[in-house]
Amino acid sequence: MGVAKYVIGKVDEIPDGCRRIVNVGGREIGVFNVSGNYYALRNRCPHQGGPLCRGQQLGSLSAPKPGKYIFDPNRMTLRCPWHQWEFDLETGQSWYDPGGVRARTYKTEVASGSELLAASHQGEFRPMPGLADKVTDQLGSVFRPDEHCNLAKQPGPYVAETYSVSVEDDYLIIDTGR
Amino acid sequence: MRTNLAQLGLTWFVQNAKLDLAADLGATTRFLERGVTDQVGRPKTAVVDADVHNEVPTIRTLMPYLSDYWQETVNSTAFDGADVRAFPPRLPTSTRTGAMPPNGVPGSDIDLLTRQALGPDVEVAILNCTYAVDAIHNPYAAAAVAAAINDWQIAEWLEREPRLRASIVVPSQNPELAAAEIARVGEHPGFVQVAVPARTAMPIGRLEFHPLFAAAVEHNLVVGVHAGGFSGYPTTAVGWPTYCIEDYAGMSTVMQTQVMSMLVEGLFVEFPKLRVAMFDTGCTWLPSFMSRLDKDWKGLRRETPWVLKQPSDYLREHIRFTTNPLDIPTQDMALIRALFDQMGGSEMLMHGTDYPHWEFKAQHDAFMSILTDDEYVDVIGGTARTFYQLSPQAARNSADA
Amino acid sequence: MTFTRPKEDNPSIRATTALVDCDVHTTFPSDKVMMELLPERWRDYHRSFADAYVSSAYPRTVRNAARVDSWPPNGAPPGSDLNFLQEQLLDEWGIGCAILGPLLRVARSGLQNPEYAAAFASAVNDWTASEWLAKDERLAGSIVTPYEDSELTVAEIERLALNKRFVQIYVLVGTSSPLGNRKYWPIYQMAVRYDLPVGIHFGSGSATGAGWPSYYLEDHCGNAQSFQSQVISLVCEGVFERFPTLKIVLIEGGFAWLPPLAWRLDRAFERLHTDVPHLARRPSEYIAENIWLTTQPIEEPKAPYALKDLVDSFPALEDKLMFSTDYPHWDFDAPDEALRKSRLPQETLSKIFHGNAQKLYRF
Repeated sequence: MGVAKYVIGKVDEIPDGCRRIVNVGGREIGVFNVSGNYYALRNRCPHQGGPLCRGQQLGSLSAPKPGKYIFDPNRMTLRCPWHQWEFDLETGQSWYDPGGVRARTYKTEVASGSELLAASHQGEFRPMPGLADKVTDQLGSVFRPDEHCNLAKQPGPYVAETYSVSVEDDYLIIDTGR
Repeated sequence: MRTNLAQLGLTWFVQNAKLDLAADLGATTRFLERGVTDQVGRPKTAVVDADVHNEVPTIRTLMPYLSDYWQETVNSTAFDGADVRAFPPRLPTSTRTGAMPPNGVPGSDIDLLTRQALGPDVEVAILNCTYAVDAIHNPYAAAAVAAAINDWQIAEWLEREPRLRASIVVPSQNPELAAAEIARVGEHPGFVQVAVPARTAMPIGRLEFHPLFAAAVEHNLVVGVHAGGFSGYPTTAVGWPTYCIEDYAGMSTVMQTQVMSMLVEGLFVEFPKLRVAMFDTGCTWLPSFMSRLDKDWKGLRRETPWVLKQPSDYLREHIRFTTNPLDIPTQDMALIRALFDQMGGSEMLMHGTDYPHWEFKAQHDAFMSILTDDEYVDVIGGTARTFYQLSPQAARNSADA
Repeated sequence: MTFTRPKEDNPSIRATTALVDCDVHTTFPSDKVMMELLPERWRDYHRSFADAYVSSAYPRTVRNAARVDSWPPNGAPPGSDLNFLQEQLLDEWGIGCAILGPLLRVARSGLQNPEYAAAFASAVNDWTASEWLAKDERLAGSIVTPYEDSELTVAEIERLALNKRFVQIYVLVGTSSPLGNRKYWPIYQMAVRYDLPVGIHFGSGSATGAGWPSYYLEDHCGNAQSFQSQVISLVCEGVFERFPTLKIVLIEGGFAWLPPLAWRLDRAFERLHTDVPHLARRPSEYIAENIWLTTQPIEEPKAPYALKDLVDSFPALEDKLMFSTDYPHWDFDAPDEALRKSRLPQETLSKIFHGNAQKLYRF
């Protein structure tokens, strides 16, 4: 029986405005924190397979007429580094063809340490094999995100099959089943 | 569709055979006078010729329509209107056999034009006057000459031949003055279009041109972009070319620039009712152009966020092209058919003889031969009739004007 | 006395696998590096006057027009770090040979001051030779030139022509006159003398035949019209009649516009050939014989097999198209995806991915 839910790590490891790309069973998935909401997308653009989750995070933009910009600096648009196609962080829909072209998204959850401990006894969760440090380094240098992000200095991730979960902390989970 | 090709191939062959027989000048002229479309094997349907060029012979022709000041200027100075032509009469591409009147300016003689371009099957012919008003740098002189041309068109073309419609000539280099001229004559029922040359000083999608488009839309006129344009700036993207053939061939690149400008500047978002026709362009560049622009837009659309759907969607809704010249490889019918489908089919194309310019008949005939009967009916008149909102009546009642 | 490059294969460039990338961009890691390369006479000049030379009228959609994931870890600009380029491009995709074209702040050889441009070009070329070509056998160079000055360009070509690691002469498409103009003919003379193709690359000048557009989108797409104007000029001025063995490579202009342009020129020629009596053949014949094109940015028609139709419609394309990624730019074409749905037969794909480039550049 496949386990679909993975623990990424503690929620405070991805501060507001930051992101991390994690490796889940061979797939790279980007996890984003936007104003306390977490979004997860496959790090693969449906166009030519580019590293979507390394792209710029931008605001929502439209215009009813030339020169009339309607802009929301919500950083909910992810723009692929190759060819710049835009995708909504929440739905994964492409801007230019929302019905037809989309990036794969995954549901995220936050669970407390105690919930996790209880669930793990029933085999519901599997810890993250590891994070891609190299990727986060590059993200740090490109975007110079908010000071508190500082992803390049994140401590080494969890490489073991199991790790300690503290009941006081909250943890971020992605569900690859949906 | 494929079974039709065999049938249509026969039609094409028959038409070509007729041309072979009509090799001498006299026979060609008689052939032309019989009707340029020759609907052998096709549904009988009234033809709309969406591209016929009337030309001003000389500034003298316009004298009755110029004010005293401008008449004196013509008489006492070296001013004689535009000193260039978009289609220099003696260029081998400018005049088809038999179409040169005694005054040396093809398209300037209404009788000859009527005989040669308005065959019995032609319901309406739309005149496209390419007089180079934009070559006149004095804006008031440009406006005065444009007004005189339009008054001349009304008096000596529209009032004389009810099957004709015409394009308002404007000083396109000054969109405000152009708008004023459109407002002045735009309600005349004979005018269906505003003529704009392709090589403007800046791309026509730009904000600066909005007054011209606003006026055209207000008066329910199509904006027709034709080959030509003499802003004074280099005629290509990479400077001044050397030979006439480069200017001639390069016109398609300028047309591409203009289409791109209108699409990405959101002209059709600003003016949802705007209709634009492009003449003398060739249009086999359309499929590659559309796919390239659509592709880039997907990645760059944040710079032009008012372009809410693929640029090619706006193009298909708002822009039409004519069938002469075409720039097709005449020996490959299947390819011509494929290109036609990629371009968008019969909804995108309007028959236009481009009279009096050289007719490249082999290309025209090869193209027509690949059309189904329904497509033929569209191209030969249906598309233009819809696009120009032409009255279903065969002749405009001039008493109502 | 004529110098000729030997016509045998070029063993100094080792194509290890069957993929040649015909358009890769390098740039100086920093101003400091560039300054050190300039002769002293030009360093002070550069300090005072470099800012006066405009590089681009339209802001690129992203810094350095580069993929945001192509910045090396050391923070230097994309395309400036050999190790990172090897890893992210050559090794990642198994590219056997990459042809370098220095751009951005090094693409100043079209500068108005011809001697400054020439000094700059020489510095760039020497830097390419020592920092790139010497360090990876998979790399080939383009001779950057002060192309608006034919005499200085001839000198630079002669300086490097016998270095077999340089495989083409480099100019940018936005020239002050169309490239068929006689003032550029000394460059073509050199090109045929040394049997070096002339690569014409996207960039430098974004005006159109109808003035200046507003947006980078128009600048980007609009280079296709610039390339078309150059083809018209090269053909109609008789460059290929005068230099029948000249090879022109159109780099980063797309290619799907070529057949319609060839048909248009043939039709115009039908009636206007007396304007150009020096042309002994139809325009499409010159185009088919003397012009090569790189694939990126590949057109993406709604029906991808339209690319096969296009190649069928102008059969010369089969032997003239050459694959390119345009790394590290934002519209990079991935080798495994760009032509995947084209329905081109394997034999044609092999030519596009390496055969045509190997034959043209002789490696």
